[in-house]
Amino acid sequence: MYTQGLDIPKGDKSIPVEKADSAEALRFQARIDADEKIEPKDWMPEGYRKTLIRQISQHAHSEVIGMQPEGNWITRAPTLRRKAILMAKVQDEGGHGLYLYSAAETLGVSRDELVEQLLDGSAKYSSIFNYPTLTWADIGAIGWLVDGAAIMNQIPLCRCSYGPYARAMIRICKEESFHQRQGYELMLALSRGSAEQKAMMQDAFDRWWWPALMMFGPHDTKGDAEGIKSQHSEQSMKWRIKRVSNDELRQKFVDVTVPQAEYLGLKVPDPHLKWNAETGHYDFGPIDWNEFKNVLIGNGPCNKKRLKMRREAHERGAWVREAAMAYAAKKAKRNAA
Amino acid sequence: MSAVIDKADIASYAIRWGDDALILSHRLAEWCADAPELEEDMALMNLALDLVGQARTLYTYAGELEGRGRDEDAIAFTREERDYKNALLVEQPNEDFAYAVARQFLYDAFSLPFYQALASSKDATLAALGEKAAKEVRYHLKHSADWLIRLGDGTDESHRRMQAAIDELWTYTGELFVNDDLDRRLIAAGIGVDLAALKSAWNDTVSTVLKEATLQRPADGWMATGGREGRHSEYMGYLLAELQYMQRAYPNMKW
Ligand SMILES: [Fe+2]
Ligand SMILES: [Fe+2]
Repeated sequence: MYTQGLDIPKGDKSIPVEKADSAEALRFQARIDADEKIEPKDWMPEGYRKTLIRQISQHAHSEVIGMQPEGNWITRAPTLRRKAILMAKVQDEGGHGLYLYSAAETLGVSRDELVEQLLDGSAKYSSIFNYPTLTWADIGAIGWLVDGAAIMNQIPLCRCSYGPYARAMIRICKEESFHQRQGYELMLALSRGSAEQKAMMQDAFDRWWWPALMMFGPHDTKGDAEGIKSQHSEQSMKWRIKRVSNDELRQKFVDVTVPQAEYLGLKVPDPHLKWNAETGHYDFGPIDWNEFKNVLIGNGPCNKKRLKMRREAHERGAWVREAAMAYAAKKAKRNAA
Repeated sequence: MSAVIDKADIASYAIRWGDDALILSHRLAEWCADAPELEEDMALMNLALDLVGQARTLYTYAGELEGRGRDEDAIAFTREERDYKNALLVEQPNEDFAYAVARQFLYDAFSLPFYQALASSKDATLAALGEKAAKEVRYHLKHSADWLIRLGDGTDESHRRMQAAIDELWTYTGELFVNDDLDRRLIAAGIGVDLAALKSAWNDTVSTVLKEATLQRPADGWMATGGREGRHSEYMGYLLAELQYMQRAYPNMKW
């Protein structure tokens, strides 16, 4: 998944902070605390339902929008093998979008409504896909870093309290880890290649490293003066929709990824990056939250392009969807006659 | 027949069919993130993926037969436009979704009986490919025929668009059934498929599906040819510029 941006911005009142003292709410929380799964027909607080709809639909939209930057290279892939791998990956991402829309629909919202929110700009998707894929190496960087960060985010969600979401995550995680390995393998081929290939790889890494770290979202504990810290993080933790903090996940990602980068012969674009023997983790430099916020509100390099393409595809396809519905109606009528 | 089979002939034959598959897959892949619905995005990618797989088998085999060290990628990406021998039909652009459906349907209705026939080729590699590809293409045909019917018998607009696409692309269907010298040599050797003999199966499929789709079958007028000789439409150069971009910009590298 691409959870960054899934946190609810400060001042958003559409999701109520629950008063958890009703008998139902107490029973609900007790079930959560006992690690029971909540299923669609079970009672749930309105805030829980809304938080999940928002999170799952943003995740679904991210899968769908994510098809664009990667699809950008399918017709230009350098070999048939790489082309086939990329086609299969993009197809998987579309499939993730479908499972996730279905999971969201179990919460009483239709896919059409959710898609409408994406198209009118009121729903968010992960900002990572607002960065461009400029060279072939970007395809490797996305698989390795973006799918890699997605796995870090999603593994804890396989134990999310909401059954349909947790089950979708289990299936999706398997495929994402496959994508991550393929992305790394693509980079490995470049690392063994010509000077041009190595330069292409480093350039892609330089451009994707920080956006990948931003995928984990704002700091949990420090908050920040910019007003982007999630207010609902704590509530989500309590409901076990979210199970590990943004900073813990980010640290884990850095710790796993830096040695992989070194193996590829890459230089991490962070002068502050240093192994800390005391903590047993890498220390890394400050994240540019100004960039984060800007991309989130629409000023990333590709925000407009991604949404424009999605809207245009939707509009261009309208006559096809109408025809399919008209045909289905005719057929039903004929069968009834 | 026990004529000595020229390996170069079989290689050329494999490349020709590989080109159909590769170029059609390219056109399908252009729909990525642009299809009328998410399910269709995935379905079109699925067809494209099957076709890339077929192309890879055919090119790899051609490279082995040639024995000149060309692998699937050298064949797929580094030839001159004149050396691509795909039918003109498969390179036609995605004017709208109806064109994509029409192009796919008209080709699938041909390639299913083609691969079924190839499955009995005396060449074991081509026969095995024929068997595998026929299974894949059977699904492709079902998919494209379903859309043809839905759009033909859907709304006034979809009917009009679907008919226009069929009318426009019809002129590229004649080329599919023309046997040239290479075909005749390989037919005589029991290796190649008699393309002219596939016409009646194609006619049956096309007539049945067009009728169900409430669409008119265009008259068999003048038919465009040239693809099998490497004389393509103006669209082909742009398609190849994109397809070959990496191998042209960064020659002789491992990816
Ligand atoms: Fe995904
Ligand atoms: Fe993925």
